[in-house]
Order: sequence, then C-alpha cells, then structure tokens
Amino acid sequence: MAEPMLAVRGLNAWYGESHILHGVDLDVRQGEVVTMLGRNGAGKTTTMKSVMGLVGARKGSVRYEGRETIDLPAYRIARQGIAFCPEERAIFASLDVAENLMLPPAVGPGGMSVDTIFELFPNLKERLSSQGTKLSGGEQQMLAIARILRTGARLLLLDEPTEGLAPVIVQQIGHTIRRLKSEGFTILLVEQNFRFAATVADRHYVMEHGRIVDEIANDALEANMDKLHEYLGV
Amino acid sequence: MPDIFGIPPQALFGQLLLGLINGSFYAMLSLGLAIIFGLLNIINFTHGAQYMMGAFTAWMLLNWLGISYWWSMLIVPVVVGTFGVLIERTMLRHLYKLDHLYGLLLTFGIALIVQGMYRDQFGSSGLPYRIPDALRGGTDLGFMYMPNYRGWVVAVSLVVCLTTWFVIEKTKLGAYLRAATENPPMVQAFGINVPRMVTLTYGFGVGLAAFSGVLAAPIYQVSPQMGADLIIVVFAVVVIGGMGSIMGSIVTGFGLGIIEGLTKVFYPEASATVIFVIMAIVLLLKPAGLFGRVR
Repeated sequence: MAEPMLAVRGLNAWYGESHILHGVDLDVRQGEVVTMLGRNGAGKTTTMKSVMGLVGARKGSVRYEGRETIDLPAYRIARQGIAFCPEERAIFASLDVAENLMLPPAVGPGGMSVDTIFELFPNLKERLSSQGTKLSGGEQQMLAIARILRTGARLLLLDEPTEGLAPVIVQQIGHTIRRLKSEGFTILLVEQNFRFAATVADRHYVMEHGRIVDEIANDALEANMDKLHEYLGV
Repeated sequence: MPDIFGIPPQALFGQLLLGLINGSFYAMLSLGLAIIFGLLNIINFTHGAQYMMGAFTAWMLLNWLGISYWWSMLIVPVVVGTFGVLIERTMLRHLYKLDHLYGLLLTFGIALIVQGMYRDQFGSSGLPYRIPDALRGGTDLGFMYMPNYRGWVVAVSLVVCLTTWFVIEKTKLGAYLRAATENPPMVQAFGINVPRMVTLTYGFGVGLAAFSGVLAAPIYQVSPQMGADLIIVVFAVVVIGGMGSIMGSIVTGFGLGIIEGLTKVFYPEASATVIFVIMAIVLLLKPAGLFGRVR
C-alpha cells in the first residue's frame, strides 16, 4: 500500500516545560476527511500545531507525502503544501478582508481561483474592504478557510471550524467541507461536535491525554455510540 | 510685512522652518523605532547611535575616500543597515521572548559602546560636513529667506516618510509586515520566512536612522554625541504618537517639531521642555499615545 499523505508516528510535543503529546500515531490518506475527537485538553489542537511546526519542541516523525518534516521550521512545512486554519481564526485586524484573503503566498500549483472562492463564500465578496476583524464570527471563519484554499495547499488542518457558530452557518461549513473533499482536498479536522463530524468525515480518531486511543470508521459510529459517549463525557 | 501677534514674520517663519527641520528628523527616527518595535518588540535604544554612525560614515566617505554626499545617501544606509543586521542576527534574536527591558538594556549598552568608540577615535568636539554645491545658497520666498539645503531636508524627509507609509499600509509586502506584527506564528504557518523578515525589518529601520544621519551631517555638527541628544526627544515623540503606529509617528514627529519651533517664538523659556510637558499630559490622558493601540 502506498504511504499515506500524512503519517504521524510517536509524536511528542512540549510547550515550555509541559509535555502535551505522548506519542501520537495517525494517518491521513489522500482525499480523506479525518477528524480528531476528544475532550478539551486531550491534545487535538496541539497535534495540529505540531504537524504545522508551531509548538515549542516536537519529537517523533511527521511525514508528509513521504518526506520527513520533523526538523523543518513552520514556514518550510507550509511550503510542502500543508495549510492550517486555527481555532481562533487569526484574522488580522490591521488588514482588510481582501488583504487577509490574498495574504498567504502560493505554496503549490492548482490553488482555488478567487472566483470559485466567492462562489463558495458569497458574503466575503461584499465585505472586501472591511477591516478583517469587523466581520461576524461566521464570516471570519469563512475567510480563515477561504484564504488557505487559494494557495495550492492540498492538506488542510481545520481546528474546530464550527465552534461558536449558528446552526445555519455550521451547515454551510459542512457543505463547504464536503465540496472541498469532492475537489480533492485532504482534510484533518478537530471537532467537539461528533454529530457534525459524522456528516463530513470518513474516519475518526479519539484522543485522550495526548495519545490516540481509538479509531472509528464513520459507518461504525452508530454502533460505537456508547463508547464514544464515554470518551467524550457527553 | 506687519507683525503677527507682535512677532516679526521673519522670526516666526524662521522658527517654523527650524521646527519643520527638527520635525523631519523626529519623524524619520520615530518611524524607524515604531517599525522595529512593532515587529521585533524591541525598544531600539541604539537608534541614536545608528543615526550618528550614518553621519560619521558620510563624513568618512567624503573626507577619506572623496565620495560625495549623493553617493553617501545610497551607500550609508546599506553599510549601517548591515551593521544592524549583524546585531540582530547575533544578539537581539535571543531576546524576543523576554521582557522589553532586556532589549532596551542591550541596545542601550550597544549605543554606549558605539558612542565611546567614536569619541575615542574622533574626539567630542564635532566635525563640519560641507553642504553639497547644488544645495548651497538660498531662495527668497517673499515672506522669508529659505536656505536651500533646509528645504531639501524637509522635502526628502516627507518623501521618505510617505513612501514608507505607503509601502507598509498599501502593498503586499506591507501586508506581510502588518500581519507578522500581529501574529508571527500564523504568518509562518502560511509559508513566510518570518525570521528573515524580522532581520530585514531591523536592517531597514537602522538604515533609515543612518539615512537621517546623512541628511543631518551638513546641518548639525557631526559628533559622537549627536544621536544621544536627539534620541531622548525622539522617544518622547514616540510615546506621544503611540508605539507601533506608522502615520502616528510621522504626524507626531512633524507636529511636535512645529510646536517646538512656535514655542521658541512665543515663550522661549519653555522650548526645551515643551515636548516633555506634552508627553506627560498625553500619558495622563491617553496612555497608549495619540495614535496608539493598547497592546
């Protein structure tokens, strides 16, 4: 079998003195949508930031398209074709919407055209000259996703894209993720809401205490509901 | 021409021009400080010494190598800017995650060392720098006599300040800089080499100080102390304008220069302190500065 697009093995990560990840193993194959589920503090966000090279120190192995990235700085990891949409969205207040959208440089060929992006997120087109942080929460989330579609990155790391958003916006985000999958993007998703995750994902990893403790295929989600409730404490 | 508020117009306009000249240097120097502080989080106390190095480098190029003022305007910012890049690479880089105080102490120490070396080499009495021939003489504007070189300094400084503002606020490069000032890790995660950008930004800020030094050389005495005297006022300007605001630095720089000039006309006793009085008032009423954002 071909090597997965993203292969994480024995990943350990630290913020200063605190040891957050204790040997994470996970695979994301080309074209898949994979979620990480787990309680707050389980290490989901840290896993994403570690893949991106944004933590203090990391050890283990993170291979992207067959190349080891564990010793690369964040900007070189990004240039391999990985893009990150953080939980706090990180829209820049000193940039207007157009500048926010056009900020990330191309990291590969075949990025989505601006026209297609406006077709996906029509709201953005009308707000191009607004200050980035004047947008509503949902619009900021769309802008945060939109700006990484332009760059030609093929693996998208989306950290809780539905957090704090109204149900109708969550539906729109879900629609967008399925559309991106159909366009060939590969997506690793962090979600608290496994009902939402079930509508978009192929597989789910469950994290606890800085490790992956379980893997559940999406069609086995119903059968594993009891176990999942216990993991997530809902 | 009739007096204005009992002041002869020649005296008034003369002081206004002097104020504009001082304001030009306040604006260019506080602009560099603001850019450096924004991205590096470093209060660059070496700024005055780097301005002085600019003036001295121009003096050495002219007197030792016969290289003209015009070439100095190009060469000096690059030479002194490179010195800045070396400092950033070898020293400042290690301080970004620490409190501002460490950067301030380090850059203050470097300033003292640099000034000491120049004093040892050149003495402290000050050296003259000849105004380039093309800018000698003056022009009668009708209401006042304007020395050409002084008009040149104000014009060049305005062009430099507005160009810098344009690049930072209106171009893609500037968008990178603004974004990295807000959130460096995120900009890294987009594939941009932020550490290199930080180095070049410091080099640019230092180059700007050195360029100001070249402009200043024919007006003020080229002396090891010239930057230290000026930088105290410039820090007051930065505090008034608000750290990190580009247009704020420019407007405040020119504005305070003019206010200082007017004070010399109407109440000369206060002219040395007026900027610091304004600083105290602004700090009381608007601690983040007139154009600053709380951070």
